[in-house]
Amino acid sequence: MRKYIIKRLLQSIVILFFVAFIIYALMRCLPTSYVEAMARQKSMQAGSKSYEEWMEQLSAMYNMDGSIVSGYFKWLGSMFRGDFGDSWRWTVPVLQKFNDTVWLSFVMGFISFFFEVIIAIPLGIIAATKQYSKTDYTISVIALAGISLPTFFFASLLKLVFSVKLGWFDLYGLVGRNYDQLSTFGQLMDKGNHLVLPIVTLVVISMGGLMRYTRTNMLEVLNADYIRTARAKGLSERKVIYHHAFRNTLIPIVTIIGGTLPSLFSGALITETLFGIPGIGFASYQSMVSGDIPFSMFFMVFTAILTLLGNLIADVLYAVVDPRVRIA
Amino acid sequence: MEDMKDKKDMLENMEPSEEYSLSDDRRVKVLSPGQLVLKRFFRNRLAVTGMIILLAMFLFSFLGGLLSPYGEDQKFYRVDVQAKDFAGIIHNEEFRYTIGDNELFKSSVHAQALKAIIQGNDKFEYNDNAYELDKLSDDAYIVNSGGKAVGIASKELVNPSTPDEKISFDFALAAMKAKYGGDKTFKADGKDYNIDKEGIITDKSGTEVAYVSQYIVRAVMSDIFFSRELKNQLIDAVEAGQESFEYTDEEGVTAEYILKYDAATKAWDVKQEIDTKVFDTYSAPSKAHWLGTDRNGMDMLTRLMYGGRISLIIGFIAVFIETIIGVIMGGIAGYFGGWVDGLIMRIVDVFYCIPGLPFIIIVGAAMDAANTPSLTRIIYLMLILGFLGWAGVARLVRGQILSLREQEFMTATEACGIAPSRRIFRHLIPNVMPQLIVYMTMGLGSTIITEATLSFLGLGVRFPFASWGNIINDVNDTFVLTNYWFIWIPAGVLLLTTVLAFNIVGDGLRDAFDPKMKR
Repeated sequence: MRKYIIKRLLQSIVILFFVAFIIYALMRCLPTSYVEAMARQKSMQAGSKSYEEWMEQLSAMYNMDGSIVSGYFKWLGSMFRGDFGDSWRWTVPVLQKFNDTVWLSFVMGFISFFFEVIIAIPLGIIAATKQYSKTDYTISVIALAGISLPTFFFASLLKLVFSVKLGWFDLYGLVGRNYDQLSTFGQLMDKGNHLVLPIVTLVVISMGGLMRYTRTNMLEVLNADYIRTARAKGLSERKVIYHHAFRNTLIPIVTIIGGTLPSLFSGALITETLFGIPGIGFASYQSMVSGDIPFSMFFMVFTAILTLLGNLIADVLYAVVDPRVRIA
Repeated sequence: MEDMKDKKDMLENMEPSEEYSLSDDRRVKVLSPGQLVLKRFFRNRLAVTGMIILLAMFLFSFLGGLLSPYGEDQKFYRVDVQAKDFAGIIHNEEFRYTIGDNELFKSSVHAQALKAIIQGNDKFEYNDNAYELDKLSDDAYIVNSGGKAVGIASKELVNPSTPDEKISFDFALAAMKAKYGGDKTFKADGKDYNIDKEGIITDKSGTEVAYVSQYIVRAVMSDIFFSRELKNQLIDAVEAGQESFEYTDEEGVTAEYILKYDAATKAWDVKQEIDTKVFDTYSAPSKAHWLGTDRNGMDMLTRLMYGGRISLIIGFIAVFIETIIGVIMGGIAGYFGGWVDGLIMRIVDVFYCIPGLPFIIIVGAAMDAANTPSLTRIIYLMLILGFLGWAGVARLVRGQILSLREQEFMTATEACGIAPSRRIFRHLIPNVMPQLIVYMTMGLGSTIITEATLSFLGLGVRFPFASWGNIINDVNDTFVLTNYWFIWIPAGVLLLTTVLAFNIVGDGLRDAFDPKMKR
């Protein structure tokens, strides 16, 4: 097992090396960059150096003067020293901005993940046990609708109904207008209030996939021989489903849930941007559209690491949860 | 259950053909695997509904554009009454100066003249020059210096009646003298003129050339010259205390003029209410425009049709590209195995790891910076979406081929000496088709969502092209979100139903392809 994990980790590092290179090359190919804008701005100041001189100095500072490959290795070098540079868009160190934003995203992601699990799994199981009934059809259509809903459209609908028509929530932002006058508890409630719509959006959009996955796996288990045996023994249907079948359905579900855990840190780019929640997704979107190379680089490599980590966790969990699976 | 039903069908079919012997093939209705799949598919009511929705969407998007009387980016106008700042009228209460000699009647002299008038002196000196005031009335003085008139200080002014007319100083001087002297005629610049009590000056033939008035009418736009008639109307309205009047000018344009007295500047502001042609933006649904018009005054329904066309085309081409690359790479990896497989699968891993949405957002922002034309953007978008998506297809194809190539029919192809490329693409790939079709159908839905999301963010399909995503983009304006449901809800509903239909059909196909399915 340990050997397998080490092998996978080494493989992941190689993959990461190439992914980071592709991302770096993409960033370097951007036609106009923030550096040029900054050089132009600095050269405008009275008594300043010329634009070309500034450009040269800034390019050297950000390792933009050499070829893409040499620049990439320089970036890798400073990354290993834990130095991700300063964000151009936010004018603070990348890690500081990351630390400022990621926890909000994580809290939001975690809450919606919790609701997703407690809604999707029971519904999926109910749908499977009543296959081809009206309930099954309804749940399947809801799940498919969740998958098919474009985030931005659903978020706009929620805004129209709950913010504009009913006036329950604010349209944008994490805190209300009178946030500073509130007590500590009031501030927490205010933030919570602003997070309701984004979390609802996330839950509805993402629960469809898990619901269908649960249903498919439950169906497979229900067709297995040991369930027939359990029924033949004369066990009650309740016991068959919730004792024998459910436990076996949990194997792939736990695996998939474990695999999604790392992605809770990657934030919800679209949802955060639409609701103006200052999490990592919103910050990275702003950085990307304004050509902030250090922060975008960091965010994309971070997301890639999370993906790799998620796959690894899923595979390892599969072996841990299901003793039948042997990993060589 | 399925078999039972089929047998029942067979029995029913059999009845009229009793003359056939038991072993006769004609007794049995033979269905190919494809027909069986179709049969299973059409028995799934949900999937058929999805199929019908998809057909309707295709007709709407591809035929709709032809049937619609409007073009994709045809703009509509409406006539709107707009109040424009038009003129200002001042009833002149101060002395104003008509200059006859620039040297001797400079603006510094004006102040000296005013001082002398107020103090009641008829003489003053300035810069070693002596000036005399010649009083015509309390409101009009002629300033002389060295026996020659150099300027006029008066509350009434001589104004030209037509834009071509130039008022010379001599003319103004003579006119003023005549007006206050009570003369009916005067001579200036070698011509004879008549002047009446109202101050209207006519030449010999009786045409009006100028007038003397205490009102000053100024146009807001410098290139406009008011006709005498309009000026009279304006002044009459001011004197009568009217708030508005209508006037038709020589070109036949009727407009309403609204006067408003501003106490602070002691002037009347005149606003002209004129019918202006503007873009018919955000008009509510009507008979001409069933879903209203959008921000640019274009017909919403037509935009939706063309938008659907672009969304569907982008989806299809992107999925097509990813399938082609995926099938080739997956096929090679699965068939050859070994180091080829290892290499290709590592490449697949790399592509799997690239965060897709951030990647496309950056490319979109880059295209923004480079001012890429809208059509080129669409092509790049399809290429990138396809290129980022092939890894999934490759994994699927490879997995299937790995299990298929161990089966007997593959050994048979090998024994027959069929070339590897033929073995892969003639014998292996067709067996992967069912999974591939399901994957592609579902992939179409998600690709359309991705494209719409990008267009919504303003980084995908751009004006003048419509896409369902960039139609909904208007909702970023809170005013549109709140007031104009018809701008964004129809596009969202179309998007949702299309993607949903793709997913339902994909789901139905999966069930239909699966021979183990019990239905």
